Amino acid sequence: MTGQLLRGGTPPLPVIAFLCAFIALFRPLGANIAYGAAEPLFALAMVGLAFGAYAMMRFGDRAAIVAGLVASHFAGAVVIAELPEVGSHPFGAFWSGLVAAWLLAWATVGRIAAVRTRNPTWSRIIGIAIPALFGIWILILWEALVRGLGVPSVLLPAPSAIGAKLVSEVPTLAADFRQTFLKAVLIGWVLGCGSGFLVALLVDRVPFLRRGLLPIGNFVSALPIVGVAPIMVMWFGFDWPSKAAVVVIMTFFPMLVNTVAGLEAAGRMERDLMRTYAADHRQELLKLRLPAAMPFIFNALKINSTLALIGAIVAEFFGTPIVGMGFRISTEVGRMAIDMVWAEIAVAALAGSLFYGAVAFVERVVTFWHPSVRR
Amino acid sequence: MAKVIPLETRSMTEARPTSRTSVIDISKLSLTFETTDGPVHALKDIDLAIGKGDFVSFIGPSGCGKTTLLRVIADLERQTAGSITVNGTTPEMARLNRAYGYVFQAPALYPWRTIARNVALPLEIMGLPKSEQDTRVRRNMELVNLQGFEKKFPWQLSGGMQQRASIARALAVEPDLLLMDEPFGALDEIVRDHLNEQLLKLWAKTEKTVVFVTHSIPEAVYLSTKIVVMSPRPGRIHDIVESNLPRGPRPLDIRETPEFLKIAHRVREGLRAGHSYDD
Repeated sequence: MTGQLLRGGTPPLPVIAFLCAFIALFRPLGANIAYGAAEPLFALAMVGLAFGAYAMMRFGDRAAIVAGLVASHFAGAVVIAELPEVGSHPFGAFWSGLVAAWLLAWATVGRIAAVRTRNPTWSRIIGIAIPALFGIWILILWEALVRGLGVPSVLLPAPSAIGAKLVSEVPTLAADFRQTFLKAVLIGWVLGCGSGFLVALLVDRVPFLRRGLLPIGNFVSALPIVGVAPIMVMWFGFDWPSKAAVVVIMTFFPMLVNTVAGLEAAGRMERDLMRTYAADHRQELLKLRLPAAMPFIFNALKINSTLALIGAIVAEFFGTPIVGMGFRISTEVGRMAIDMVWAEIAVAALAGSLFYGAVAFVERVVTFWHPSVRR
Repeated sequence: MAKVIPLETRSMTEARPTSRTSVIDISKLSLTFETTDGPVHALKDIDLAIGKGDFVSFIGPSGCGKTTLLRVIADLERQTAGSITVNGTTPEMARLNRAYGYVFQAPALYPWRTIARNVALPLEIMGLPKSEQDTRVRRNMELVNLQGFEKKFPWQLSGGMQQRASIARALAVEPDLLLMDEPFGALDEIVRDHLNEQLLKLWAKTEKTVVFVTHSIPEAVYLSTKIVVMSPRPGRIHDIVESNLPRGPRPLDIRETPEFLKIAHRVREGLRAGHSYDD
C-alpha cells in the first residue's frame, strides 16, 4: 500500500485513510486506554476502515462503494460512541480514527459522484445520496469536534443535544410552528403575494399608476423591518396579525415588481397576434400575458417564501404573546439554552426548505414549457 | 412620385388589368415614423389595388417598407396620410371583423399550448362553440399535413412544422384574406420549396386573396399573380409586374421555363433600378 503511495498514480485519499486507521490502532485512545487496539469495538472499526480503504483502491465500483459506506459509517458511529470512554480529552488514536473515517467517507462520496448510470431510479438515488452523505458527515464531525474539544454548549451545542431538544420539546416546538409558520408566515405570504399580484394587474391597466405607485412600492420595500415591526404591533396587536402585516410589507413589493415585469415579458409578435384576432384586454391577459408572466411570478413566490419566514421570526422580537419561533429564540438566548435556539433554527430551516421546495415543485408543473424546465 | 416603369412592363400591366372586384384599395398612402433622428419615411405615396382571389407579393430590399405596408393593411400600424380600405371598410373595422389571417416571420406559437390548442387560439377568442373549434382545428391541421401532431408542444416540432402550424392557425379563422410576412424566410431551401408548393395548392383550392411579403425573387414569381416591386428611402412602389404564368397550382419545374425567367428578370431589373435610383 505504501509502495503504491510512493509510486504515485493512486488516489491519495484512501491511502491516507488506511494509514490513519493503522496509526489509530497503536496510539493511546484516552487517559486510561494505552492503545486503540485495546478497545475491541474501536479496533474492529479501524480494521474495517483499513479494509474499506483497500477496497476503494482495488475493487470495482459496487463493491468499493458498499465497503466504503459500511466501514466509514460504522467507524464514525464507533468513534462517537467512544467519547464517554475516553473522557474529556481524547488522545491521538481518537482523532486519527475520526480522520480515517472521514477521509474514507469522502473517497466513497467521490466514487459515487463519478458513477455514470442510465437507470433513472439509480441516478435519482445517487442524486439524493450525495447531499445526504454530505449532511451526515457534517453532523458526525460537528458532534465529534464539539464534544472531543470540549466546546462549551453556549457557544455551539452538539447535534445530539439539539436532537434531544427536538424530541423532548415537541409540544413547544409544534405550538411555536403553528403560531409563527402556519399563521403569520403563510397568511402574510398569501396576502402579500396576492395583493402584490392584484396591484400589478391594476398598474398594468392604468398607466399613470405605474409612474405613481411603483416608486412608492420601492420606498415601502426599503423600510427597515426592525422599524416597521413595532409599529405593526401597535396597529394590529401582539398576536400573529401584526407579524403577518410585517410579512405582507416584505413580500408585497417583490411580487409587484416581478409581476409587472412578467406582464411585459410576452413578445411583440405574440401580442400583435392577439391584436390581429381583435382580442380584448381580458383575453390577451388570460391567454397570453399571464402565462408568459408565470416564470416571473413564481420567482417572486420563491423569493417571498424565504422572506416571509425571516420577517415573521424577526417581527416576534418586538412584542408577542408567549408563543412563536422568534419569541422562543429571543427568550431561550436570554436563558442561555442555546440547544433550544438551535432546535428552533432546525425547525425553521426544515419548514423553510419544504415551503420553498413545494413552491418550486408547483412552478415546474405550471411553467413546464419554459426552456429552463422542459426536457 | 418619380416612378421608373420600363415600357415593356407598363404595356403588359395595361394588357392584363385586374378585372375582379378589389379587396384592398390603397391610394396616396404615406407613413412617417417620428424618431429622435428626425422623421423616417417608411412609406410614401403608395397606390395599389388588390383584387379578390389575387396572390400578390411585395418584394424589395430590407427597409423598403414591404412589411410596414402589410402591417398597415392589418391595422398593426396606421398611415399618416392617404387612405386605405380593406373589404370596403377601414383596416380597423376589418381587423375587428376578423377579416384576415396573419402569418408572421416567426411561428409565434405559444409554448404552453399544444399545437392543436395553438391552432384553436383564435377560435377561442372568437368564442366559437367547442365542437366547431374541434372541426376547424382538425380540418386545418390536415390541410397543412400536421395530423398526428395535435398533442405535441411547439418546441417539440421542427421549424418547418412550427411554421405550418402557424399557417393552420391563420387559416382556422377561415378568412378570405391571408396576410403573410416572409413566412418561410427562416427555413431552408427544400422545406421552403415544399411549403411554397403546398401554399399554392391551398390558395388554388380555397380561392383566398393572399398578400405575401418576401425578399426572394423565385418565391415571388413562383407564387404570385402580381408582384409589387418596392424600393427604399422613402419606401415606395417602384414597379408592378403582372404574371402571365397560369393561375392555380404550378409545378416547381415551372421555375425553369422561359416565361418564368422572363418575369424573374423583369423583377430583378426593377429591384436593381430601384437601388441605383437611390445611390
